[in-house]
Amino acid sequence: MRLEYHVVGRDFQAAGGAAAKIKRTLRQIGIDAETARRVGIVAYEAEMNIVIHAYRGTVGIDILPERVNIYADDEGPGISDIALAMQVGYSTAPEDIREMGFGAGLGLPNMKRYSDELEVESQVGSGTSIRAVINLPTKEGS
Amino acid sequence: MNHQVRVRDIVNELECEVAAGAGWLDNQVSFGYSSDLLSDVMAGAGQGDVWVTVQIHQNIVAVASLTGVSAIIVAGGANPAHETVLKADEEGIPLLTTAKPSFEVSGMLYLMGIRGRVKK
Repeated sequence: MRLEYHVVGRDFQAAGGAAAKIKRTLRQIGIDAETARRVGIVAYEAEMNIVIHAYRGTVGIDILPERVNIYADDEGPGISDIALAMQVGYSTAPEDIREMGFGAGLGLPNMKRYSDELEVESQVGSGTSIRAVINLPTKEGS
Repeated sequence: MNHQVRVRDIVNELECEVAAGAGWLDNQVSFGYSSDLLSDVMAGAGQGDVWVTVQIHQNIVAVASLTGVSAIIVAGGANPAHETVLKADEEGIPLLTTAKPSFEVSGMLYLMGIRGRVKK
């Protein structure tokens, strides 16, 4: 099962809507609360990164029997130093965005922390692609 | 830990104004979280928490909805944006306001028996 949403840069009105729909759908189909929470956090951060930094993009998930794959692809300025962007507190968000409580340099670190696998690929001047995997709990552990 | 606290009790104790979500004041409060950085709230707040912030734009409702908090308290006398109020009513999230600053609000919530969520 695949869910995919378009995200528009600088559209703070709709921002967070895709992540909310993803989380709600996961709960509706019976995915456990903790997994839905983790997917929601990763999807939210991916969505907000597009809103804050890019022109436009898509955020989506594929729900598989044993895991949820999260993907985000944008057309935007790209990230020149991914290792730096992964550091807590590093941000290139402009001042007006930071005053709203965004751009604290926690986005990619949150994605890393709440996913089981995370890949970030970026081309400066072109865009950024993110792939995250969150494993579903095994039946014994749930 | 006081598991009996409802949003209504906070409204009464802190003398908050209810800007939105008046139909959900019976929401139970589990823990408390204070932060103005939205990614920090995403990572730190959880189901049933009362969230204290000075942010007033509508994205706080998206964060509240995603984290499942029982109420947002806008501290420091800031007035939530009109869109924030509409969205909070739509999502069914109590939006409380108070002139008291964040520190004062958190302290009063603590005295009511509400504690911070201990991160795993």
